[in-house]
Formats: sequence, C-alpha cells, structure tokens
Amino acid sequence: MFYREAGDFKTSYTADNQTFPIRFDRYRYYIVLAIGAGIIPFVITDYWASAILIPFVIYAIAAIGLNILTGYCGQVSLGTGGFMAVGAYTSYKLMTAFPGLDMITITILSGAMTAMVGLAFGLPSLRIKGFYLAVATLAAQFFLVWVFNKVPWFYNYSASGQINAPERFILGHAVTGPNAEAWAKYLFCLVFLFALAWMARNLTRGAMGRQWMAIRDMDIAAEIIGVNPLRAKLSAFAVSSFYVGISGALLFTVYLGAVEVGEAYGIQKSFLVLFMIIIGGLGSLFGSFAGAAFMVLLPVALKVLLVDTMGWDTALATHFQFVIVGFLIMFFLIVEPHGLARLWALMKEKLRLWPFPH
Amino acid sequence: MPDQLIFAMEVMLNGLLNGVMYALVALGFVLIFKASGIFNYAQGVMALFAAMTLVGIQQGRVPFGHLINEIFGTDIHYFGWEVPALAAIALTVLVMVGFAWLVQRFVFKHLVGQEPIILFMATIGLAYFLEGVSDLMWGSEIRNMDVGLPQGINDWIDANTFEIFGYGFFIDNLDISAAIVAGMLVTGLIAFAQYTKQGRAMRAVADDHQAALSVGIKLNYVWVLVWSLAGIVALVAGIMWGSKLGVQFSLSLIALKALPVLMLGGFTSIPGAIIGGLIIGVGEALFEFSIGPMIGGATENWFAYVLALVFLVFRPQGLFGEKIIERV
Repeated sequence: MFYREAGDFKTSYTADNQTFPIRFDRYRYYIVLAIGAGIIPFVITDYWASAILIPFVIYAIAAIGLNILTGYCGQVSLGTGGFMAVGAYTSYKLMTAFPGLDMITITILSGAMTAMVGLAFGLPSLRIKGFYLAVATLAAQFFLVWVFNKVPWFYNYSASGQINAPERFILGHAVTGPNAEAWAKYLFCLVFLFALAWMARNLTRGAMGRQWMAIRDMDIAAEIIGVNPLRAKLSAFAVSSFYVGISGALLFTVYLGAVEVGEAYGIQKSFLVLFMIIIGGLGSLFGSFAGAAFMVLLPVALKVLLVDTMGWDTALATHFQFVIVGFLIMFFLIVEPHGLARLWALMKEKLRLWPFPH
Repeated sequence: MPDQLIFAMEVMLNGLLNGVMYALVALGFVLIFKASGIFNYAQGVMALFAAMTLVGIQQGRVPFGHLINEIFGTDIHYFGWEVPALAAIALTVLVMVGFAWLVQRFVFKHLVGQEPIILFMATIGLAYFLEGVSDLMWGSEIRNMDVGLPQGINDWIDANTFEIFGYGFFIDNLDISAAIVAGMLVTGLIAFAQYTKQGRAMRAVADDHQAALSVGIKLNYVWVLVWSLAGIVALVAGIMWGSKLGVQFSLSLIALKALPVLMLGGFTSIPGAIIGGLIIGVGEALFEFSIGPMIGGATENWFAYVLALVFLVFRPQGLFGEKIIERV
C-alpha cells in the first residue's frame, strides 16, 4: 500500500536489478499500461485522438529520441525537424514504391534510414562541441528541408510538392489514410511508443547508456577511463535519430496524412521537441513523457481557456501562448533546471518517508 | 571583360553588403558572449522587438492596444501624435536599456554559474517570451520602417560602372548606408572597449569573472551594460533590416543567419564577426549565382551552415576564436 521498499524482499539479482524496484511503482506502471492500451482505445473520440492523444504519443517518441542525444549524451541538436522529415519521406517513398509492405516494417525502416542520416550528420560532433555543434546541427535542419523541397523524386513529382499518405491496413483495420479510425491510429502509435520506451529504458541503464552519460559529464575524462568517444557519440546520434525518424514517419503517415515539408518539419519543430525535454527534464525518460504531455496540452488548454471561455481573439491567444511558453522555460530553468522529472523524483522521495518524515 | 565575370562582380559586391548586415546581428551575439558567456539566441528577436518599438513610437501607437481593447472592450489604437525619427530612436534606446536591466534582474541573475547550455536554452525561452510580448504590444502586422535612410539604386555607382564595363551595377543605397553605419558602430564599440572605464571593466569581466570581482568591478552592472549595448546593436540591425524587408516576424529569423557567421568568425572576436559576415555574404551569393541554378536555387537557406560546418571540422574554434583548451 505504502510507497516504500521496506518489506519488499528480493531473492535474486534479476529482481534486484529490475526497472521498478518498488512494488507500488511496478503496479502503477502496469495500471498505466492497462489504461493506455486496454481502456482508452474503447472510449477514445476523434477530438481527443487528434487534439491530444495521438500527438502526445508521437511527440513522446521524438522527445525520448532527443533526450537520448541531448539529455543522456550531452550533444545539443537543433536538427530534430530535419530528421523527422527524413523519417516521413522515407516512409512515403517506401509506401508508394512497395505497396505490399506492411506499415510496421515501413516505419521501422524509416527509423533505420534516419539513423543512417543522423550518423552522417553526427560525424562532426567528434571535432565540434557545445554551441558550435548545436549550430552545426542547424545545417542538417536547413539542408534536409531544402533537399525535400527541391528534389522532385522525393515527392514523386507531384505538382503541389506535398506528400500524401496512402491507405494502409494492419490486421484488416486502416491505420493511415482518411478512413482510419481513431482507436486504430492511437493503438498503432502506442505500440511503437511502448516498444521504443522500453528499449530506451534498458539502453540507458546498460553499458551504452553509461558511456553516453560519461561523455555528457565530461568527454575528455570519459576518454581517459576508456570510453570510446567515437562509438559513444555516434551510437547516441544513431539511436536518437532512429527514434526521431520513427516519430516523424508516424507524424506524417498516421497523424497529418498530408505534409508540406517546410511547414510540418521546419525549425519550429526542432525547438518544440527541445522545449519538451527541457521542461520535462533532461536525461530522464519520465521527463520526455511529461514534457511531451505538457507541450501538447498547453496550447489546447490555452485555447479552451482564452478563446472558448473568455471569447478572446485567436491571434491574441497565440501571442499569449508564446509569452507563456517562453516564461515557463525560463521559470523552469531558474527554479528547477532538471524539469518536471526532478519534481516527480522529489515527490517520490517525500512519499517514501511519508507519513513520518523524520 | 566577359559578361559572366561582370555579373559575378556585381553579385559579389551585393553579397559583401549583405554580409555587413549579417555581421551587424552577429556583433550583438559576440558582445554578450564575451562578457557573460551567454550565447544569446534572442538577439534576432531583440532586433525585431527594437524595430517594432521604434515604429510603434514613431506612429504614436498605444502599447498593448489590442490587449487593452480585448479586455476592456475599448477601441483605442493611436495616441494621435507622431514622434520624429531621432526622438523615437532615443526612446527606443531607453526601452532597450530597460529591457536589459529586466533581463539581468529577473532571469540571468538567477542563473549565474549554470552550465552554458542551460543559459543558451534560457535565451531560447527569452526569445519566445519577447516575441510574444512584441506581438502583444505592437501587433503582428508588417510595418514599414522609415527613419529617413536613402533607398533605391545608387545612381553614381550605376553611372560609373556603366562607363567602365558597359553595364551598370545595381547597388542599393540602403546597403551602402548599412555598411557605413556598421563601420561606425564597430569603431565606436572598439573605442568604447579600449578607452573608457566601463569598456575596460567590460573587458576585465570577459577575461575572468572572479578576478574582475576581486578588483571591485560590479558584475551585475557590467552585464546590464553589455545587454544594453547588445540591445542598441539590435536596434541598429532592426532599423537596417526593417528598412530593407519591412518590420515583420521574419526579422527574428536573421538571428539564425548570424549563427554561421559567428561559427566562422569565432564567438569571441568582434573583427571575426565582421569578416565572418563578409565571407558568408559573398560565399552564399556566389554559390547561388554559380551553382544554384543547377541544383534548383534557394541555396541561401543552407549554404551558410554547411560552409561553416565544413570550416569548423578543420578549425573548431572558428577563424579568430580563442584556442579551446580543455582540461580534466
């Protein structure tokens, strides 16, 4: 009942090393899973799916990806939008070139393709550090968007320059295209989120994650104690891009359906995902979820509050959103540089001692 | 002389003058970075905000007019007076100094000693905040900037080049005045840094915070000073870019253009910012002119970044940056 480890006896090393060592945490995790996969698909409506749930799931994947690179490995990237575009265009080319291929394979291949592109743009990170690297990743952002705009092969020579996701089925249910139902789209994305989050959790607490964190804390020191910076940095870039690519592919195929690259995958998207991990918490998986939820919910909440309730002009509400987002970022960095995840951890610390804190 | 070469010369000249404009924005970055180690992403938005404020004051607009009207149901937009350009510029400088104080007092004072990357992200937040405030305060429509700078084709250059090459170069008067103003600004800044007490304090802080503190320099004061200077540089950049493109949201994006300039020139060098700006300006103009048509055009969007990226691989601290020494 209480949130504490007392009385929860571990009899094996496996049990001792599990992800959620506290029983209460374990149950909470199962309950969240059960609600997410077992209840929400049955009660989901189109509005909830398209305004909150699907964007949340998709951006959570991107946030986990960027968190691996920035939060765990310390390499700031402003090229997330560009890498998401790589995922989207790969999935588009695969869907149109191989109509028989199923969506899961396509999405994973899109991630793999993005990983390779990410690897290429990660190469300079071996020489360039800090801000210089952050600005260098902007090269990826602008160059990739430009390529997808200018090379007609990528959008199959369509007159509008847009790409449209054709209809695809999984087990007889449409997951992309205009006829896809909300629950099918949601479940499809959720499967990816679950698998990727599980993978990220285990990667970051394993040898690879420790190498990343050593590089983040100080790369020269890490090199001296035997971490290979080439392998650690490039693996972080590859894994991160894999996540971001899958997220970009899902954003296009499942959520948006039709995409114009400069609009959907511009620099704003890079910043959006970066804000998610700052507000959520750098170097924390929970932070990725919390930040994604926050940044998805905030515009919706503001719109409901200002436009629908108080009858304000939409443009004014948008400006307010800028002010509030900017304010919150500064506020979080001043008060709690480790974001929502740190608040969550503090709360758990308190709960552990509750009701006798001394 | 073959036609292609003459065109290339014209393109190069225009690129050079464009580079001056980039350098103007980059200058603001360098000032703040040198003195406080903050990489100020909000520099571009500061230019937008300064330009918006200048136009708003000139036209006698009511600040936060839209907001006030929305809340109180009133319908006020103008005070009904117009302020002459010079007075408006002076008022805007005051606003930027006030802004510098606010930023220092409420944001960066609380972030002293944080990692540089945290400070960088805070400035991204600041950029968003300021952009929202600017929109709320003055509205988000495109405004015309008119502070009496000459505009249009320079007839003298046109006529002279026509005599020599048989082809008149198109050079905008505005670009020329921007180059002159930028030159004056840089000379002024360097003179300020070298010969005044405040300037010396500024350089001391840039060298070593602790040492500067121990000889009695007030860090807070210097930082407010530096942010004010960056605000004034932003105002100049805002006036120039605003006169060229109109005052609008895209002004804030010129900050992104200044980043490769900085990378090329090095974050800590004022001459580096100028030379970096010129290299980027000429480079992207020539690249677009020669190779652009073959690969679909609009290469200005990314050429600067890729150039800077390639450059950095060989010289990670930029052209004039201080050598990076890392210790465990």
